[in-house]
Amino acid sequence: MSQNKIKTVMDKEGIERCLTRIAYEILEKNKGIENLVLVGIRTGGVHLAERLQKKISAIEGGKIPLGILDITLYRDDLSSAKKKPRLGKTKIPFSLDNKIVVLIDDVLFTGRTIRAAMDALIDFGRPKMIQLAVLIDRGHRELPIRADFVGKNLPSSLWEAVSVNLVEKNGVDEVVIKEDN
Amino acid sequence: MKFDKKDILGMKDLSVEEINLILETAESFLEISTREIKKVPTLRGKTIINLFYEASTRTRTSFEIAGKRLSADTINISASTSSVVKGETLIDTARNLEAMHPDIIVIRHSAAGAPHLLASLVKQSIINAGDGAHEHPTQALLDMMTIKEKKGRLKGLKIAIVGDIAHSRVARSNIYGLTKMGAEVLLAGPATMLPRDIDQMGVKVFNKIEDAIDGADVVMMLRIQLEREKQNIFPSLREYAQRYCLNRKNIALAKKDVIVMHPGPLNRGVEISPDIADDPSYSVILDQVNNGVAVRMALLYLLGGGHE
Repeated sequence: MSQNKIKTVMDKEGIERCLTRIAYEILEKNKGIENLVLVGIRTGGVHLAERLQKKISAIEGGKIPLGILDITLYRDDLSSAKKKPRLGKTKIPFSLDNKIVVLIDDVLFTGRTIRAAMDALIDFGRPKMIQLAVLIDRGHRELPIRADFVGKNLPSSLWEAVSVNLVEKNGVDEVVIKEDN
Repeated sequence: MKFDKKDILGMKDLSVEEINLILETAESFLEISTREIKKVPTLRGKTIINLFYEASTRTRTSFEIAGKRLSADTINISASTSSVVKGETLIDTARNLEAMHPDIIVIRHSAAGAPHLLASLVKQSIINAGDGAHEHPTQALLDMMTIKEKKGRLKGLKIAIVGDIAHSRVARSNIYGLTKMGAEVLLAGPATMLPRDIDQMGVKVFNKIEDAIDGADVVMMLRIQLEREKQNIFPSLREYAQRYCLNRKNIALAKKDVIVMHPGPLNRGVEISPDIADDPSYSVILDQVNNGVAVRMALLYLLGGGHE
């Protein structure tokens, strides 16, 4: 029945290089780490955000604040969802007022998650700026949203599934594309 | 696991997995009440009716705040200011409320089974906020959340419940819930306040408070319903207090890190001495209230009106 073709489009080294480049790009664009905070979107963005935090401190010295955001309560499909998605914990233990917030997610697709994340962030304060970093941009946007930092542009079909697997969660670092048929 | 209950009527009907999901969801909701803007848009456009046939401050306020923090429209109806005083039956009231298309109805009623009757009549989700001496599931859930928060677990804990077990829906719901989660429940109270055959619920029963709280991890004191003094189930408040009040002396029998709980409102000096109730090294009474809002947000979210 399911002849799922699985293709690896990025390996461990590929992911590492992308994240290193994004870390430099974030620093270049914002001219350092002043007022900079990272917020990883649950669940795919959390480990990427942790890695970026480490890379940025390795380059610049000093530790920048890292928050975790669960966007479930801000989704636009909740009232039609018969079963409620499982809720994760949000942890943003610092003020976002006048901060440059870099939102981090694994895959940018329709843009609806990012819309929800921006609404959530604004409930936490008034950031000076919100930027978006993603490992994969697979296209098919349904909202006018664009990433500031992209690991890899990956043109995909709607019937394909793109997954980012990370050591912290899945035991292996890879980006795979699966044909769902 | 998926949560597919239409109503929350009692702890008796909830499975271990469902209880775990509710408690976990509630833990995630705690954070919202610490924000400067204590509101998320999740239940925007949903209507919640709080239908209270009995007096309540804590539970009604808690449900109202929970609904509002989720952006639902909450409406409170209390029996004394409604058509109930004109003689309208519960069934007629329910049918009329249903015609106004609410999404969730929260009900407290002095008759056991009233929420169950309502749930069988209307298509909206019903939450039992206390029915007679039967069940008060949201209180048990917030109690369990508080115990888990302080002790890290429920399984294997020794939990004493002391007071008027016979008239207490809080006790009944906690017994169902806690025994299901693997805790050991010990009851104490005068014989007139212990229902016959209560030991069949899987609990140990004592007449002396000292026997129940000996070595306990958690002591849950029940409110003595002052109006019951006339029913001759205890001779006088003073005599009750002498034998069953939790104080500095008897609390020493419990584990060193014991926590003391009370569903409120407190009768200071009757079932609990003020120095215990106000001692933050024992008392988690205000944590219970804080967790109550989170538990109710979790239930409103999980029921959430997506059951057409």
